[in-house]
Amino acid sequence: MKKVRILIIGFGVIGSGVARAISEKREFISDKYGIDFEVVGIGERDGCVVCPEGIDAMEAYKLKQEGALNKHPCWKDGVSSIDLIKGANADIVIEATPTNINSGEPGLSHMMAAFNTKKHVVTSNKGPLTIAFQKLKKTAEKNGVQFRFEAAVGGAMPVLNLVRETLQANEILGIEGILNGTCNYILTRMSTEGLPYEHVLSEAQELGIAEADPTYDVDGIDTACKLVILANAILGMNVSYKDVDVTGITQISPEALKLASDDGYVIKLIGEIQDRNRPRVAPRLVPKDHPLAVGGALNVISLRTDLAGEITVTGKGAGAIETSSSILSDLISIYKA
Amino acid sequence: MNLELKDMPGQLVLALQPISEFGGNIVSVLHQRDKKTPRGLIPVQITFEMDGEKLKELINRMKSNGITIAQIGEDRLREKATMVLIGHIIHSDIRDTIDRIDSTRYAEVKDLAVSMPGVDQHSAARVVINAAGKKEMQNAIQLLRDIAREKELLLIESIEEA
Repeated sequence: MKKVRILIIGFGVIGSGVARAISEKREFISDKYGIDFEVVGIGERDGCVVCPEGIDAMEAYKLKQEGALNKHPCWKDGVSSIDLIKGANADIVIEATPTNINSGEPGLSHMMAAFNTKKHVVTSNKGPLTIAFQKLKKTAEKNGVQFRFEAAVGGAMPVLNLVRETLQANEILGIEGILNGTCNYILTRMSTEGLPYEHVLSEAQELGIAEADPTYDVDGIDTACKLVILANAILGMNVSYKDVDVTGITQISPEALKLASDDGYVIKLIGEIQDRNRPRVAPRLVPKDHPLAVGGALNVISLRTDLAGEITVTGKGAGAIETSSSILSDLISIYKA
Repeated sequence: MNLELKDMPGQLVLALQPISEFGGNIVSVLHQRDKKTPRGLIPVQITFEMDGEKLKELINRMKSNGITIAQIGEDRLREKATMVLIGHIIHSDIRDTIDRIDSTRYAEVKDLAVSMPGVDQHSAARVVINAAGKKEMQNAIQLLRDIAREKELLLIESIEEA
């Protein structure tokens, strides 16, 4: 049995969801792969839970749900996540702080600190990946540790690991897909119900599918960030957010959706890179019988490859449990090798 | 193009050779050896793409090769693309938009459906464009992109044209 000591940095919806998934799946994973995942530290904004002999991840999850993580017996008030990362005897850091696409912080510093103290990083945080992909990749390589971020693109949907583990012999020629569940939900509802944008947006906000400030999703920024990550990680490009042409969905009207539908199309916010040209995010007409025409809040990606032709995967792009599937997949793949 | 060939060796080559000589691209050849015409000739249906201006010369060459041309049909604009525009489509002079596509001569607006929800609200239009070939279609889409940018319209292209 291989014991793996884990730090979870950022204990919000994703971070605490991963703790819960680790707790629930610990036996399954140790039986199947001979790896025992043990959480030894949790970093929050105002302090940390530090426990070298192991934290009951489910207990931490439950405390977080009650807003009482600081009541944990191992809680250290005011200890920063950076100090936790640098000081803890751990093998791997799960970086799950909120995405900041302007500075990448605090995630960027967390990741750099992890690499420089020889810890692998698994993350769902798009900010640092969008801003400093090459720097992070090089630092990880220099320190001989792994850097995995399946959860940063498309939530549960396997894309990066699919390319790395299964499509190894293929050259990826193009990538296109729906990478934002919020936009997909809004456009699907507008189209099927004939409702105006503002109405469906409010509904999505009530359901928790859209944020109070929906800009990041509906202006296409989130899709563009994911496209940047795919371009750098899969296509070996060196692009950042400013290299993407971005148009969001705020101008889409029920009339436009109706006209599209009458001729056999739906309108979807599509992120696309073909032949290493400039990445583009824009609303597009998608034939109703096309593999990319998935409804609801689903995500979908189609990869154009030289040997396998078109490969399309679809799945849930958000949600704590779904995202933890990708994070656990990254954790296992690091130690299975 | 429907041709009628004599039932003797080398006739099909005589019919096809001039097409490639004039830079044509043969799409399909349907050679029905078992179906003779009342005159005892073999019907052949050929589909090809070529510069329309050379068609007359081609026909002359075929005739001098002894080929009987029964019928010629021309499909000038083979490519079709559907797009949607959103914005002040009518007030930004829709006629000018159409004219600028049509005046290229290699592409034209084939169908237009407009929906106008209210006086001050944005309209939507579904535009179907036909073009001579794939390259011409890309040029027509680029032209429409430029027009949309100039007139502050949102152009929604189909993923099929990527």
